[in-house]
Amino acid sequence: MKAWPALLSGVLFGLGLTLAGMSDPAKVLGFLDITGAWIPDLVFVMGGAVVVTFFITPLVTARKAPLLASAFSLPSKQLLDRRLVGGAVLFGIGWGLSGYCPGPALVSLLYGYDSTVVFCLAMLAGMALEGPLSRMFASS
Amino acid sequence: MSTYLMPLTGGVLLGVSAMWLLLSLGRIAGISGIAWGSLAGPERVWRTLFLMGLLLGGLLTHSVIGQPVPAESTTPLWLIATSGLLVGLGTRMGGGCTSGHGVCGLGRRSPRSLVATLTFMTMGVITVFIMQSMVGGAL
Repeated sequence: MKAWPALLSGVLFGLGLTLAGMSDPAKVLGFLDITGAWIPDLVFVMGGAVVVTFFITPLVTARKAPLLASAFSLPSKQLLDRRLVGGAVLFGIGWGLSGYCPGPALVSLLYGYDSTVVFCLAMLAGMALEGPLSRMFASS
Repeated sequence: MSTYLMPLTGGVLLGVSAMWLLLSLGRIAGISGIAWGSLAGPERVWRTLFLMGLLLGGLLTHSVIGQPVPAESTTPLWLIATSGLLVGLGTRMGGGCTSGHGVCGLGRRSPRSLVATLTFMTMGVITVFIMQSMVGGAL
């Protein structure tokens, strides 16, 4: 599989996140703060993104294969299980505590702030702990 | 309306980025999965290139286009660390974040992604509400 198209995709993603102001955690917290001084920016960001993906995805996946790989690698799970909802609950709480989700946090590493470095390291630690923790709870 | 032109433009770029990755490599532009996969593998190369591009895109915004760099978060570091841990744990467990479930999953009309997106949005709102109303400006 060729890898260079991912570089272009990453550039567009980084450009999009930062132009939209999503690398500013205060703006994201302002969006989640619906009873306070609400900042609606994220509605336009998500709206703009989802309108594109909603109409283009079916056109792309109607193809037999992608342009530069042998097959599409799409999630096949359909089940609404406890892991999906539990994971989204934990993620939502974490997101609301700082205003950082993975994309904005990673692109903010550019700014050299302590808080983004701490966030990204803690996020990787959380990702590494997920497997062992899930196995522990599954067996107990 | 012009206030929202940049968020809208940025959002459209996120969608175009995701559609390009899908069309070219057949992959989902889910950042939590890409970040973890770039370290844990397999197929680290395209994921690492994506992340390098992500930083390059941010650099373009601030150095070439000249958009000001946002101020540092005022959240205390211990809370930032807690937040990061929960985000890492939750996105691995739930199989995605704002990009994989939100931007890409909603576009794929995935019921799992719709449930995940509604759940993390709701929990984000509740968390901010609790932090604002109970803890107030103390943190």
